[in-house]
Amino acid sequence: MNYLRRLPKFDYLAPKTVEEVCSLLSEHKEKAAVMADGTDLLPKMKHREMVPQYLISLENIPDLDRIEYSAKEGLRLGPSVTIDDIQTSQVIRGKFQALAQATDNLGSAQIRNLATLAGNLCNAAPCADTTPPLIALGARLKLISSNGERTVPVEEFFLAPFESALQKDELLGEIEVPNQPSNSSGVSLKQTLRGAMEYPLVGIAVVLHLEGKVCRDVKITGSFCSHCWRREGCRFPCPTPFRATRAEETLRGKELEETLIEEAAQACSREARPIVDHEYTREMIKVFTRRAVIQAWQGSKQP
Amino acid sequence: MKQTIELSINGDFYEVDIDQRRTLLEVLRDNLGLTGTKKGCDEGECGACTVLLNGKPIPSCLLLAIQAQGKEIFTIEGLAKDGVLHPLQQAFMEHGAFQCGFCTPGMLLSAKGLLDQNPHPSKEEVIRGIAGNLCRCTGYTRIVRTILAVAEGNP
Repeated sequence: MNYLRRLPKFDYLAPKTVEEVCSLLSEHKEKAAVMADGTDLLPKMKHREMVPQYLISLENIPDLDRIEYSAKEGLRLGPSVTIDDIQTSQVIRGKFQALAQATDNLGSAQIRNLATLAGNLCNAAPCADTTPPLIALGARLKLISSNGERTVPVEEFFLAPFESALQKDELLGEIEVPNQPSNSSGVSLKQTLRGAMEYPLVGIAVVLHLEGKVCRDVKITGSFCSHCWRREGCRFPCPTPFRATRAEETLRGKELEETLIEEAAQACSREARPIVDHEYTREMIKVFTRRAVIQAWQGSKQP
Repeated sequence: MKQTIELSINGDFYEVDIDQRRTLLEVLRDNLGLTGTKKGCDEGECGACTVLLNGKPIPSCLLLAIQAQGKEIFTIEGLAKDGVLHPLQQAFMEHGAFQCGFCTPGMLLSAKGLLDQNPHPSKEEVIRGIAGNLCRCTGYTRIVRTILAVAEGNP
């Protein structure tokens, strides 16, 4: 529905351990929703798009807002880490630039202070800001249930618009981002119709690993939106975040220079699978891929 | 389901009996009579309901009141002390940074949140800082100018 109502009735549960969350989810399955922050959940409930009988809050479980980094394990983020936590984290800004940059223009300051990364991922919007950099960084998600744990690469987590691989009895327990090679650099760019509070029309993330001028490895990912995405019957240009494998092949193993980057940008634009073949979006995909690769190149410590 | 909760708002403690599904915004306005915080879009997009939670601006329409327990909430009513206006409020008046005033409480709190974190923001940073507060009247120019003026007065 288009208008908002007050929140529907629900039972609020605030368990003290992850195990309790899992057993509540096993018991109630689709009648329950996990609440990490509520910035997507509450509006959906006000619109009656979701009417869970039980809200399972993570607020009483300690240590879920952890940001842990080690040279061996890489980055580990708990499900209650907020977008602001990521934006202000020195280690993420230093070693996982693409992720930090993606949070710079996510929503507004107010939203960033409340919203969680886990919530952003589980909402599974096709144009979410955080998914392209996480895919480019090779991130994995640890999904926990009473039956055990499984790890899913972020790349495989998104099945359809607003549909993720998270099962009804599972909790997103941890986000793992592996260590990147020391001479890699990442960039996240976002083009929007207005300055803020907007999903990306074109969102591109690039993580580049250079040796001298040669591109040892590169990941180019994107998520695209249409400004009318909320209206019924509107089709998304790109239903799930995508990886520009052909654009990556264009660059991998070769020495970087402008015509090559232009070729890769063209490849990315052709490869992005808009259902609506929107010329402007296609052109912007090319422009932003080119910009992102060049900025990643400049950002890397190699000349 | 009803629950009795204790909230710390502007340094004062309030005990209220509320339904679990009431948002902090609703409790502030309807239960506690603190109507300075406004309900605009009710879905976190307009910033009219901005309050400070442990010093950080948040949309109070997206926080359940029961989740505000154990946190420090700061609303527009807490800005003036003993009848003396906060420098931001004074500056907004002097520079004419509001017209109808509906966005102003949220705008002031976003500004306070920003300046508390970053006492000398650039113009770009101010614009970023209030990006979550919509204003239909002023066109934002004076608001940005005012916040920068207050920042200039910061030590």
